[in-house]
Amino acid sequence: MIDTPTQPQARVDHRAIKARRAGFIRDIISLGGRALRSIPRDPESIIPALVVPLFFFAVNVGALQDVAEQLPGLDYKAFQLPVAILFAVTGVTRANILVMDIQGGYFDRLALTPVNRLAMLLGFMVADLVLVMALSVPVIILGLIVGVRFESGALGVLAFLAIAGIWALAYNAIPYAVALKTGNPAAVNSSFLLFLPVTFLTTVFVPQDALTGWMAQVVKFNPVTYLLQGMRSLITEGWVASDLLAAFAGIGAVALLSVPLAMWALMGRVRRR
Amino acid sequence: MTLRKVLPVPEYAVETQKLRRSFDNLIAVDGIDLQVASGEIYGFLGPNGAGKSTAVRMLTTLLMPTSGTAFVAGHDVVRDPVGVRLRIGAALQDAALDPKQTGLELLRLQGRLYGLSGRDTATRISELESLIEIGDAIKRQVGTYSGGMKRRLDLAASLMHNPEVLFLDEPTTGLDPISRSRVWDEVRRINRELGVTIFLTTQYLEEADALADRIGIITHGQLAREGTPDELKRQIGTDVIVARIEGDALAAKRAVENIDAVEAVDVYEEEVSIRVANGASFISAVALALNAASIHVRELTLRTPTLDDVFLSVTGGRFQQQEAIDEEKAR
Repeated sequence: MIDTPTQPQARVDHRAIKARRAGFIRDIISLGGRALRSIPRDPESIIPALVVPLFFFAVNVGALQDVAEQLPGLDYKAFQLPVAILFAVTGVTRANILVMDIQGGYFDRLALTPVNRLAMLLGFMVADLVLVMALSVPVIILGLIVGVRFESGALGVLAFLAIAGIWALAYNAIPYAVALKTGNPAAVNSSFLLFLPVTFLTTVFVPQDALTGWMAQVVKFNPVTYLLQGMRSLITEGWVASDLLAAFAGIGAVALLSVPLAMWALMGRVRRR
Repeated sequence: MTLRKVLPVPEYAVETQKLRRSFDNLIAVDGIDLQVASGEIYGFLGPNGAGKSTAVRMLTTLLMPTSGTAFVAGHDVVRDPVGVRLRIGAALQDAALDPKQTGLELLRLQGRLYGLSGRDTATRISELESLIEIGDAIKRQVGTYSGGMKRRLDLAASLMHNPEVLFLDEPTTGLDPISRSRVWDEVRRINRELGVTIFLTTQYLEEADALADRIGIITHGQLAREGTPDELKRQIGTDVIVARIEGDALAAKRAVENIDAVEAVDVYEEEVSIRVANGASFISAVALALNAASIHVRELTLRTPTLDDVFLSVTGGRFQQQEAIDEEKAR
C-alpha cells in the first residue's frame, strides 16, 4: 500500500463535519433500528415466540374446550386468545443481543459515543414493542378465523394489542435488568424461568371462579390474572372500565418493580465504575 | 458552551496529573502524569497487565479515575465526559463490533449517534472506504470478516466523526504481520493526512518504535520512562554487548562490571547485556574477563540498543518473553 499525497482540499471538506449530540429521540430511533435489523438475522430467537402461542392455543382449545364450556357462559376460544397473546409477547426480548454487546465489547463502543445512556436500553425496548405487536397479529388472525369476535369492536382489537405491548415492556424490563446487571448470557437465559410461574400460576386454563385450593389463592396475587381479565373483557364484554383498570393495575404492579430494577442495572453499567 | 468556544485550541491533546485508578486492592494505574501534544503519535508501551488499558478506559470516559485529573482535547474526563466523547475516537482491544450488522450499517449507525446528517455520514463513509480498503465486504455482515478487516472497520468507525484524538488500544495484537503493517500504514496516514493526535497502546516494541513520535513505558501502573525512541535508546548507551552464557549469570555480571567504560550490566536469565560507549573496542576485554572468570560463553554479540534494552534496564524483564506467551496463547 502506497501513501497518497496529502490533499488539502479534502482536508478542509471533511473537517467541516463535526460531531454533536444527536438527541434522545434520534438516539432511540437509531438504536431501535439496529435492534430491529437484528431480528430477521437471528430467526431462531423469534421462531419459538411465533410457534408457541399458536401451539398452545390449538392444544388448549382442542383438549379443554368441551370440558371447560360446561361452565355456564364460557366461550373457551375467546377465553384462550389472551393466553396465546400472553405467550406470544411475554419475555420476547432483545436482551440476548444486549448481553452479547456487553460481552463482546460493542456496548463499550456505543458508550464511547455521545449517545444518551437511557437510549442504550430504550432502543432495544422500542424494537421489542414492534416485534411483539407483529407476533400478536397472526395469533389474533387465528382467533378471528376460528370465530372469536371482539365485543369492543375494531378499536378493541387495537386496545387489546396495546395492552399486550405495554405488558411486554413492563415484563421485559426484567431480562434487560439481568442482562445489564450480570453481562452473562446464561443468566439472561435463566431469567426465562420466571415466565413459568407468571404465565401458568394464573387463569390460564380455567376461570378464577373454577379454581380451588392453593391455586385459587396464588392467582389472586399474580398480576397476570388481572391482565388476562382486562384483555378477556375486551373480547367478551366490550368496554368495561373496571376490568381495563384491573389490567393496567396488574401491569403497573409489575412495572413498579421491573422498571426501577432495569434503570438501576443500566445506571450501574454506564456509571464508569 | 459559549465560554468553551472562546478558549484557544488546547496545547495538549491529552494531559493528566497524578492519574490513578484502583480496583479493590489492586492499583492498576498509579499516578501517571502525561502531556501529549496535539498532532503527536504517542506510544504507551508496556506488558500485559501494566495498566495500559485501564489508563485508556479512563481517558476515553469509560472508567472513572480514583483520583487525579485528566483532560482530553481540552475537556475534563470526569466533569465533561460528553465534551470528551464528541472529540475522541477509540478502537478498543479486539475490535468490538456487532457481528450481525453489515460494515455499512455499523458505520451509518456510528454516524447517526454522533449526530451527523445522512449526507455527512455518506461523505465520511466514502472517504473512509478508501482508507480502510475493505471493498464490497462492507455490505457483508461483520461476523464474516477476517481479524484484519474487523480492525480496519473498527478504525473507520472510530473516525466517522472526525475526532481530534484517536485512541488505539493494542491495534495489532493478534494480527498477522501483513495485516499489522497495513494497520501501521493507516495509523501513519491518519496522523499525517488528517492531523489526528494518536494515543496508542502496544505491547510490541517494534510497533512503538515504528509508529510513535514519543513513547511512555508503563510498568506496574507507573510511567517508568518517557521520550522519543531515539532518546530512550540513547539513555542505554551507544552499544550493547550481549553475552549468552552457561551457568551463573550473576558471576558473569561481576566479572565484567569492573571493566573500564562499562556503563551498566543487565542480567536476564542466561543473558548478560553490557552497555558500553564504544562496543567494538571493548568486546575483547569482555571476552577475556569472562574467560578469566571461567564462564562458558555460548555467544557474544555486539549491537546497537533496542527498546527492549530500555525495557530491560527499566524493569529487569524482557519483552520477548511476553510476546512469546501471547503467541503461545494465540495458537
